[in-house]
Amino acid sequence: MDSAVLIHRLHFAFTVTFHYLFPQLTMGLAPLVVALETIGLWKDNDRYRQAARFWAKIFGISFVFGVVTGIPMEFQFGTNWSHFSKFAGGVIGQTLAMEGTFAFFLESAFLGLFLFGEKRLSKIAHWWTGVAVFFGSWLSGYFIVATDAWMQHPVAYRTAADGSLTLTSFWGLLLNPWALWQYAHNMAGAAVTGAFAMAALGAYYLLCEEHKEYGKIFVRVGVISGILFSLLVIGPTGDGQGRNLANYQPAALAAMEAHFDTKAADLVILGQPNVENKTIDNPLVVPHLLSFLVNRDWKAEVRGLNAFPESDWPTNIALLYYAYHIMVGLGTIFMAVMLICGIQLLRKKLFETRWLLWILMLSAPLPYIANTAGWMTAELGRQPYLIYGVMRTIDGFSKSVSAANVWFTLLGFMGMYTLIAILFLFLVHREIAHGPDHLEVAVAAPVLSGNAIAGRRN
Amino acid sequence: MGFLWFAIISVMLTGYVILDGFDIGVGALHLFLGRTDDERRKMIRSIGPVWDGNEVWLLATGGVLYFVFPQLYASSFSGFYLPLMMVLWLLMLRAIGLEFRTHIDHGIWASFFDGIFSIGSLLLAVFYGAALGNVVRGLPLGPDHYFFLPLWTNWNVGSHPGVLDWYTVLSGVVALVALCMHGANYLVVKTDGELNERARKTSLVLTPILLVLTLISLFATLSIHPNLLANYKALPIGFAIPVLVFASLVGVWVFQKSRQEVLAFVSGALYLAFMLVGAVYSLYPVILPALDPQYNLTIENSITSSYALQVGLRWWIVGIVIALGYFVFLYRMFRGKVTLEDGGYGD
Repeated sequence: MDSAVLIHRLHFAFTVTFHYLFPQLTMGLAPLVVALETIGLWKDNDRYRQAARFWAKIFGISFVFGVVTGIPMEFQFGTNWSHFSKFAGGVIGQTLAMEGTFAFFLESAFLGLFLFGEKRLSKIAHWWTGVAVFFGSWLSGYFIVATDAWMQHPVAYRTAADGSLTLTSFWGLLLNPWALWQYAHNMAGAAVTGAFAMAALGAYYLLCEEHKEYGKIFVRVGVISGILFSLLVIGPTGDGQGRNLANYQPAALAAMEAHFDTKAADLVILGQPNVENKTIDNPLVVPHLLSFLVNRDWKAEVRGLNAFPESDWPTNIALLYYAYHIMVGLGTIFMAVMLICGIQLLRKKLFETRWLLWILMLSAPLPYIANTAGWMTAELGRQPYLIYGVMRTIDGFSKSVSAANVWFTLLGFMGMYTLIAILFLFLVHREIAHGPDHLEVAVAAPVLSGNAIAGRRN
Repeated sequence: MGFLWFAIISVMLTGYVILDGFDIGVGALHLFLGRTDDERRKMIRSIGPVWDGNEVWLLATGGVLYFVFPQLYASSFSGFYLPLMMVLWLLMLRAIGLEFRTHIDHGIWASFFDGIFSIGSLLLAVFYGAALGNVVRGLPLGPDHYFFLPLWTNWNVGSHPGVLDWYTVLSGVVALVALCMHGANYLVVKTDGELNERARKTSLVLTPILLVLTLISLFATLSIHPNLLANYKALPIGFAIPVLVFASLVGVWVFQKSRQEVLAFVSGALYLAFMLVGAVYSLYPVILPALDPQYNLTIENSITSSYALQVGLRWWIVGIVIALGYFVFLYRMFRGKVTLEDGGYGD
């Protein structure tokens, strides 16, 4: 592969991977904050309301980091992928611009109201501001997923006189069939991150015997939502996304499963793809399961990679295969952990089952890995195309920007993001150490000086 | 439709410069105006709740630019690769400095992050000015509509320019002084006591310097670009713009003298707006001038399809109403002078 395009790809991959650590937590926490607030309102329970406020502050920190690391993402469409931007900006510029115009203001305004408007708003109105924060963060997620979905499965465009693409249907772009499943799957994945974060912090509080009442609330809400969302990630959303692949990107699906020959296909649980010999080393498989998942028929043929010209194969089959298997493997583990916790919760023994609390606590980073691996699967599977079937990646990068310049800025971002990661951990650690009890004190000093309306008491 | 979007983007960009301009200015002055820890904390508090919202106007403007003028977005962002990346880093450094400064109340670290915040802001102001200078000077666009600028070449305005040459450095200095004045005006409005007085004096000193610098840069621009006045000659009402530029600058000085704090700030904001309007007026309908005019990017050769522009206008209006509502709400909550008590922002 040409080294310039590779380094441009690495640049985007590194910055977007880091960026998505933050939005996935905010989008994942949003429904949970609403759930806490709803229970608090329903049962007129102040502790739940306090818990909602606490998580809204974590949400706020993560949100600001999402904004700060999001600006480079928008820029890179122009700086590193200018030929793609010129070619397709008339279509996807639309959804990206909507994100830039709507998302922040909507989310920020309602987050400010939610955190600091409590004394001026009625309880119902306050609940509605929480719902609006949820809505705002999930809306911006939609615009971004719709943008990616168009690159996965381009719709609603035509070629203009100068060779570039223009939009033909606004609703066609927004309601891309690919986007609907991808969005549902992605949001369920983000919610798993939120659920594990909440349950893990609850487990931590219980294990070190601090803020135990809140610990119980966090574990209970985290586990119940964790069961729900870890099931939703697998079916119907994961299944729907898989059928999207089977319909529109069969070569990507074959590469994800390292399925080379067209025949009835097994589902590979473990094993290393041997691309040179077109086999799998050390395989552990469930016979014929892939055929069933794709076609609802145990005997059906699934097209293998050999059915496609090698020029249309994803460029890094091994990495794609591993990313996909890490995602699926972790997803299965999430479901198992959450179900076991759910059983213990029903038996009213979860809060005393220390080994399980340890597992919950230590699981917190895993959904981040699974979500990242999921996005790697989507984007590596799209290769060698930038816009599937329409533009190849090799044709989309900025030819005027040399590889050495991109190395320079990639290294710069690595350094900068190290600092940003330290700052994030520092701020979140402070909130965790403070705990939900002392929130009134914490409100007196802004969570983040930059957080909208932060620090204001009414 | 093309003109409408051209106007929309110009207005959004001007809004960004005025809004983020004052918090960048406050940042650039931070080390020099804030003598004690309390004063520095006050300065940070004066921009604390608003700086990130101000910054999002950059994001929103970029997004709109992208879908309206894909060719412009592609050409200018890849051509300005290095300076843009540095702008991103400076934006981040500034944010890091601000946040750590707010949360680590410990002598030596506070000073360190004061420095990061202030130097980051200062360089950002220079970079923005230099960027505008580059656009006005013209770029080495080729027949494929692309270019790439090194950071500097021989510091001359010529056929092989860099991002920095004597002209763009001059623009950078003008921008730095202008944003410092703007930041000082803002501090006058938001603070009281000694800090207020010091900011006022700073503004009174900077305004005449800025007046001279603006004149110099005006003549420098005419010397490298004699045909820049074509639009002005064709539609002479444009000559009102430089008059307004200088009038608003004098306004800053007069209002600061008579202690009309808000009017001085508004006057400074108008100065920034008129400077940008003046540049835009001379360029129109070119949106990215090439050194060889046949390769100019114009509204006509860069704009997307009219269908996309029409649907875009519908959601843009909704979005901008929400954004304006947010800003009205935010600045209302945050009105008055800042204090250090209670984490509040005074009332």
